[in-house]
Amino acid sequence: MTAEVTAPRLSPRQLARRRRVASWKRGWTRFRAHRSGMVGLAVLVVFIAIALAAPLLADSSGLDVTQADGPILHAPTAGYPLGTDENGRSVLTLLIWGSRISLLVGLMATLISMVIGTLIGLVSGFFPGWVGRIFFRLTEWFLVIPYLPLAIALATVLGRSLVNIIIVIGVTSWPGTALLIRSQTLSIRERAYVERAEAIGAGRWHQMGRHVLPNVMPMIFANTTLTVAGAILAETTLSFLGLGDPTRTSWGTMLDSAFEVGAITTGCWWYIVPPGVCVVLVVLAFTLIGNALEEVLNPRLRGR
Amino acid sequence: MTPPQRSAELVASGLRVEFTTRAGRVAKALDGADLVVRAGEVVALVGESGSGKTTLARSLVGLTKPAAGEVTWDGKPMNRSARGLKSLRRQVQLVLQDPSGALNPRQTVYESVAEGLRVHKLVARSGKTEDELVAAALSSAGLRPPEGLFLRYPHELSGGQRQRVLIAGALAVQPQLLIADEPVSSLDASIRGEILALLLRLREELGLGVLVVTHDLGLAWNIADRIAVMYLGRVVESGPTEEVLTSPQHPYTQALLSVVPEMERLEPIVLRGEIPDPTRIPRGCRFHPRCPALASGEADEVADACRRTSLPILPSDPDGHRCACHLVASRARADAADEVSA
Amino acid sequence: MSTATLLAIRDLHVSYATGEGPLPAVRGVDLTVERGQIVGVAGESGCGKSTLASTVLRLQPPSATVSGEVLFDGHDVMTMRWGELRAVRWAGASIVFQGALHSLNPVHRIGAQIAEPLLVHDPSLGRRSIDERIEALLDQVGLDPARARSYPHQLSGGQKQRVMIAMALACDPELVVADEPTTALDVMVQAQVLGVLSGLVRERGVGMMMISHDLSVLAELCDRITVMYAGRVVEEGPAGKVFSAPIHPYSGALSAAFPRVGDPAARFSPAGLPGDPPDPRNLSAGCSFAPRCPRAAEICLPAEPVLTTHLDDRMAACVRIGQPDPLREPTEVAG
Repeated sequence: MTAEVTAPRLSPRQLARRRRVASWKRGWTRFRAHRSGMVGLAVLVVFIAIALAAPLLADSSGLDVTQADGPILHAPTAGYPLGTDENGRSVLTLLIWGSRISLLVGLMATLISMVIGTLIGLVSGFFPGWVGRIFFRLTEWFLVIPYLPLAIALATVLGRSLVNIIIVIGVTSWPGTALLIRSQTLSIRERAYVERAEAIGAGRWHQMGRHVLPNVMPMIFANTTLTVAGAILAETTLSFLGLGDPTRTSWGTMLDSAFEVGAITTGCWWYIVPPGVCVVLVVLAFTLIGNALEEVLNPRLRGR
Repeated sequence: MTPPQRSAELVASGLRVEFTTRAGRVAKALDGADLVVRAGEVVALVGESGSGKTTLARSLVGLTKPAAGEVTWDGKPMNRSARGLKSLRRQVQLVLQDPSGALNPRQTVYESVAEGLRVHKLVARSGKTEDELVAAALSSAGLRPPEGLFLRYPHELSGGQRQRVLIAGALAVQPQLLIADEPVSSLDASIRGEILALLLRLREELGLGVLVVTHDLGLAWNIADRIAVMYLGRVVESGPTEEVLTSPQHPYTQALLSVVPEMERLEPIVLRGEIPDPTRIPRGCRFHPRCPALASGEADEVADACRRTSLPILPSDPDGHRCACHLVASRARADAADEVSA
Repeated sequence: MSTATLLAIRDLHVSYATGEGPLPAVRGVDLTVERGQIVGVAGESGCGKSTLASTVLRLQPPSATVSGEVLFDGHDVMTMRWGELRAVRWAGASIVFQGALHSLNPVHRIGAQIAEPLLVHDPSLGRRSIDERIEALLDQVGLDPARARSYPHQLSGGQKQRVMIAMALACDPELVVADEPTTALDVMVQAQVLGVLSGLVRERGVGMMMISHDLSVLAELCDRITVMYAGRVVEEGPAGKVFSAPIHPYSGALSAAFPRVGDPAARFSPAGLPGDPPDPRNLSAGCSFAPRCPRAAEICLPAEPVLTTHLDDRMAACVRIGQPDPLREPTEVAG
């Protein structure tokens, strides 16, 4: 073949990488077509921006109770756009800084949950016999443990800190992921190409890593976004119940404080509504993104 | 690629494979099968669904664990350890049925073919680069120019191309024997000939042995040196293709041949019913409930044996024409006795 | 209009509307089926045969544009009114669909599924007459009537296919269209199913249109064969002749794909066509078969060949028939 090569000859791996980039772009185009997903993404980007830019938006000294000098539980004014809390701190400042904790806890807890859940799901689905069965029983066992009592017990034993909250949420939410991954693994394991890998001479780990995992990834991806939503909600709940870290502000702790000072009965809506709305918006954003992702990544769900 | 130095043989002796159905009964997918496949020849393993042919093929590469019996490769019994199986699979490659499912949809053609090379770490030994080896394998499988296909995904290929990619993946590890399970049954009719011609070329140019598992007698006639006919877990007749298909001895083979469409030579013998349940294999000769020779009275002299005496496993004779049938055996004895007395 | 002609398809064009433009599935096909006659339609994926079959009962998808006539017993199915069409569907003509394994509803018993068309056409039928009819139908296709109580997963492939045939016969149609009825079946079961189908035609005078890519099966069963390629008819004639002495190079290739056991010439000489069946969107100008044709020449390129009569009672669409083969280089002889 006498082909004039104008571009340098790339190795197949470099070309393969280019193809993967191209397929990511295609996926993005498909995602863009989902209006709901794009709305969710936009909302999420706004909140992440707020969380990242917190020091620029609101001075961190505003969180310090000892420095608070605003009126107590005052309705919104020009100086305090969302009013003040029971210590005289600006609710807006609390909200902005609280986004950091809520998002952080949500993401970290999801990370733990996904890692544990994926590993256990893969192993219990892929290895037949007693190994798979043991891991499956483990999953089932954790699944039926009621999350709230466990969270309360753990928080009581381990103490109220951010790390503990993250652990609690991670530990109680991985079984759901594991079950999903396991059922997906079970079906992929039966596929002819996994058997072909075996016939070629590949061992179990190769089959799992090179064939099963990449085909399970799309599901993991979509499930992750939905798990984050759940984790944020869980953190809010735990904090609201008083199990959160008392030294850090999150939307959940804000709701807890609001409740304790009787904001509802006294009509201090500026203390309750904003954190609640923020939680709802963020959770909704993740859910919308997750649904759109599922449709993009699972060709069978795509509208005909 | 150099042809193998010795004539290596893959031998199955007395293989039995059983599995338990949901109802708790034991189904004998393979009930005692002997087979020998040598490098440099094409053997067709023919049977209907439920005959055990795919089970036999899978047992030969260790994908299915036999309940009894042995598989010997190159004189040594199959070593079922991970390393032993891996080493066997380097030399005996199985090409699965259904090309559209057998390729990972997320892997490019390059990766699918290179997989074997990587698993067996063959690149370092060969002195060539990985992409040279992949290109060589794709070329051997008839895909030219091979570089053009490196980055394609399976869904971008036609059925025939996918089948060739699968074959290339098997050739990449330079096996001595290829086992092809229904290599053309899911392909369009007009391209079957090309894939079959490829298998023949592999035998000619690379000295490979090929075991083709199929239900198509025409395919066996087309490319096989030898044929083994299976029924309900056993080989019932085996021998050189021309002999077996022009003068079949076993009543099952005769019936099968007679209903091949446009078979003008033979009067069609349409068997009644279906292949029996492998959990309930008939006593005596497993074919006797459907045997036209028994039903017509032709086999009266051995009818008792057909119904009660089970036949021994047909030995794997690499050159002769053998048949597992009481009637045929009794006639052969009578002929031999005549010769002696004459 | 002769009453013997059950089905007359005239100049049928079917085109699907897709995201990437129109996809021509059928490009001018004529076909007739007489009463008591079995006509075979041979072709591979993409040739339009399944689309052709669906038009007989106007079952083509709504996105399809159809032109031409599909005359069932003299009346055009494409322009029939809804009530008339419903009467034709199943009681006039019925279809045995491809892939019986997936066409049966796994959660209903066989008997209930066979009863369905009966009830659709005559809701007043009593339980007893339905049961009797189901028994008769199962008997006719060679199944034990007790099977009516089974679920599809309890039946083998061959048995399921026979259930599909029984369903097609439920309302006593005059025409049965069988789409790949024996593909994926074992040779012996195939023989049984073909026996049932030919029995139908012999005993009840049903007309049949049988579709398959297996030319040998069609030659065995059919009276006449029409060979399709890329949406058009490339050859038509008596079944045995089309199989054993094809005129069009494509029919020749199809025929060679099923070598005759016992034919010494077929030993170690597998014959196939290069390339793949054509993508209907990417048809070449001129003869659509030219890219793969062993006899292609310059003359094939300008225009699509027209179906013309060659010999007595046989038609083919090829401009190279009767012409000498182009000079071959003395390369190695295939073998």
